[in-house]
Amino acid sequence: MSAVRPDASKLYHRKMPATWWLTKQSYFLFMLRELSSVFVALFLVVYLCQLYQLSQGPDAYSAFTQKLSSPGWILFHLVALLFALYHSFTWFQSSAVVLPLRIGERLISRPIVTALHVGAWAIVSVVVLVLFLALKS
Amino acid sequence: MAEPTITLNVTRYRPDKDRAPTTQSYVVPYREDWVVLDALNHIKDQMDGTLSYRWSCRMGVCGSCGMMVNGTPKLTCAAFLRDYYPQEIRVEPLVNFPIIRDLVIDMTDFMDKLKSVKPWIIRKDEKPVSEGEYLQTPAELEAFHQFTQCINCMLCYAACPVYGLEPKFLGPAAIALGYRYNMDSRDQGKDQREIIGNHDGIWDCTFVGECSVVCPKHVDPAAAIQRSKVDTTKNWFQSILMPWGQR
Amino acid sequence: MATEKTIEPLWWGLFSAGGVVAAFLVPIHIILVGFAVPLGWTTDTGALYRLWWVKLYLFVLIVLPLYHWAHRFYFTLNDTGLKAINKLLAVLCYGGAIVGTFVTAWILLKI
Repeated sequence: MSAVRPDASKLYHRKMPATWWLTKQSYFLFMLRELSSVFVALFLVVYLCQLYQLSQGPDAYSAFTQKLSSPGWILFHLVALLFALYHSFTWFQSSAVVLPLRIGERLISRPIVTALHVGAWAIVSVVVLVLFLALKS
Repeated sequence: MAEPTITLNVTRYRPDKDRAPTTQSYVVPYREDWVVLDALNHIKDQMDGTLSYRWSCRMGVCGSCGMMVNGTPKLTCAAFLRDYYPQEIRVEPLVNFPIIRDLVIDMTDFMDKLKSVKPWIIRKDEKPVSEGEYLQTPAELEAFHQFTQCINCMLCYAACPVYGLEPKFLGPAAIALGYRYNMDSRDQGKDQREIIGNHDGIWDCTFVGECSVVCPKHVDPAAAIQRSKVDTTKNWFQSILMPWGQR
Repeated sequence: MATEKTIEPLWWGLFSAGGVVAAFLVPIHIILVGFAVPLGWTTDTGALYRLWWVKLYLFVLIVLPLYHWAHRFYFTLNDTGLKAINKLLAVLCYGGAIVGTFVTAWILLKI
């Protein structure tokens, strides 16, 4: 049995504007989440530049570190940190959706899975910090 | 003035007369227990019989009455006037679909996409009826049960910006439906549902997540899509790194 | 079943791995590189970067999130209406990540 199709010439097609992500809060937050990856990448490029300076000698390295103490760079890292934290948190929320975790038969609720991820993140951060302080000299 | 009223601003489009949609305002009685569908039915029965829209069960199980209510895709039988009163309510046809007339959209693309994921049990080896039923444990049922609850209301397609930008995208409901069969222990047809793992299948999705937010039956198509991405990626890496043992 | 038709799982796999690395490790490194050392909360001669396993760690830390960015940014540019030039965008994004991979390896080997 074939479907009766409407007259295609009379159908009205509404076009989606390129600014669709400004029309709704959830769409805007989605876009911010996606753009957080830009700031993560930018920070890593800065880190890479610092490592390059290290390869040029200890003086080049400390000169670069000095530059990073300027207000402009501090502001950049503050913005980058905020976006990185937004990436982390939204990533942990997404992980809770993608990976249904179980204790025995029972499904663990998504807010708890997210919280577990945040806890793991805190532990990992402390471990990195401790390793850095122990190894730096 | 005795009875309280509320204003509905409703999209009108008459294909034989109009070049583009317009908006018509109707002032309807405000009742505490009315939903937007009740208001539309009042308009059609008492004020303007030319208004066209789809509806059926008026209790959230048939999926017919989906429309944009103040810019959000909703079942109009589940959108209470009291949640908007005294503000005016904008009622528009579901976005991302072409308009046939007034609030009625063309769902041909949606129907084609549902069919394309082969939404039936596919067996490699059929069991004759004499051997009895296919048995399934409660745990096996739980693995796919929530994805069986879709009422094909298309709210998820209206909420999905990817579908709005790319009409070829398979879309939330169709992928969730395919996932429902892939996860059913009785099914052996995963490799026939390749369309899900192809371009314009799961890979167009950027996990905006709005589909699951608007779904009236809590199907969570976003979860189905992301889990399909993990499964497909695992299989892909396995087939590349360990090509032996492939069926 | 492996889908022959698209290589997308490769990019998505890298995107995922990069997302995990970025989520767990990038914030603390921003604090160390962007605040702790420049503002003098602690000192750093850079000596620890000469350890081979620290270099390996840094390679993973820097390179995987580049693929995460490439995949995400490519799709974002598509979603904001630049679909017409999407082949060019793919080259710029994924190509950028690939170039970044080699540059990172080169710099780490130089230290």
